[in-house]
Amino acid sequence: MQGRLERFLQDLGAARDLDGLTAAVRTLRDIFGVDHVVYHSVNAAGGQYAALTYSDEWVRRYIDLDYARIDPVVQGCFKRFNPVDWKRLDWSGKAQRAFLAEAIAHGVGRQGFSVPIRGPNGQFALFTVSDNRSDEDWAAYTEAHVRDLILVAHYVNQKALEIERGTDAVAMRALSPREIDALTLIAMGYSRGQAAESLSISEHTLRVYIESARFKLGAMNTTHAVARAMSSGMLVI
Amino acid sequence: MIHYLSGDDLPCHADLVSQMFRDRATQFRGRLGWDVTVDAAGQERDVYDDEGPLYVICEDAGHHAASMRFLPTTGRTMVNDHFADLTGGPVVSPLIWECTRFCLAPDAPRHVTAALLLGALDLGLRSGLTDAVGVFDMAMIRVYRRLGWPPTLIGERGGIGVGLWAFDGRFRAGLERRAKANCATA
Repeated sequence: MQGRLERFLQDLGAARDLDGLTAAVRTLRDIFGVDHVVYHSVNAAGGQYAALTYSDEWVRRYIDLDYARIDPVVQGCFKRFNPVDWKRLDWSGKAQRAFLAEAIAHGVGRQGFSVPIRGPNGQFALFTVSDNRSDEDWAAYTEAHVRDLILVAHYVNQKALEIERGTDAVAMRALSPREIDALTLIAMGYSRGQAAESLSISEHTLRVYIESARFKLGAMNTTHAVARAMSSGMLVI
Repeated sequence: MIHYLSGDDLPCHADLVSQMFRDRATQFRGRLGWDVTVDAAGQERDVYDDEGPLYVICEDAGHHAASMRFLPTTGRTMVNDHFADLTGGPVVSPLIWECTRFCLAPDAPRHVTAALLLGALDLGLRSGLTDAVGVFDMAMIRVYRRLGWPPTLIGERGGIGVGLWAFDGRFRAGLERRAKANCATA
């Protein structure tokens, strides 16, 4: 799956409009092996933006009836930043139970897992996977994939902001001097132990520098991060 | 009992939350002498409390006993705003959260520290995190070590340390034992 996610990030990088983003989200459905993938963004002015795999009929109905007002996933995630299994949300209201039944009838799935994303200037987005696995299988699935889901969620959001506002608005975050040091040594073939020793830091601290650099570079793993940093000229070796 | 409170959860637990802010005033201004702001109601708050944090709160016998505050490092954090010289630049990842304002109530029973750390570890494991980057009073390092989940120190200044906690399941059993064992004798 890691190789496919790396290729996905390359394709995502090439997306230039909402159609490109939607195509990328469809690919993600296959890679993650779930029934649906949904990216849904709301900016501070209330403008909505989505790339998803739900049926057109369900999307129309959701918009027409303004279901975002009562959807526990949107309401429950709006003010949080930790990922959440839909089972942990409050579905006890009458409107919410009816909404859930309708969503299931439209093929959304009985299980869901959503990653809230807080962007710049009050922008808020949700990245969701939904499915029909059993409770037990779903718990195992989300536990195994939560990190990939969180990273992909943030990379899709980054791309969506770029499309919406232009690349200038979302400049790639600069690597810190420590992160450049760490990646440079890894690129030179040092083991993590050797790299940590030559920087006089613990391996744990080194790992965190690499983790932070990986996110800033939009990469799925260390090798991918090193390749991206090299190709963009951030590392001088 | 451990509460995970953010956003709309806070008004539902207003009493517990205001006790936390009062205990923070007692600890950070009173006991540690940090330069923090305490309002007329005796509550210590800072700008990061306005960033929509998630509080992990240990409640004991109906009262705030211990708590800490988490924020995502993809947003505004104290570590990146004020301690970037110690960390060598901003640490940013959706898999790393910042942990600050570790607070114990003045009369907190001993076991709550382990219970709170266990609650934090479980939160990190459940949320798919790799690490927390924390700001803490250096004297607390001994406590964290004794409880079996020590931070890796990145740097310190004026008695305040910045360190990393790995969200690693192998720390769980030890914390759980201490959270329970001390409970029985508390």
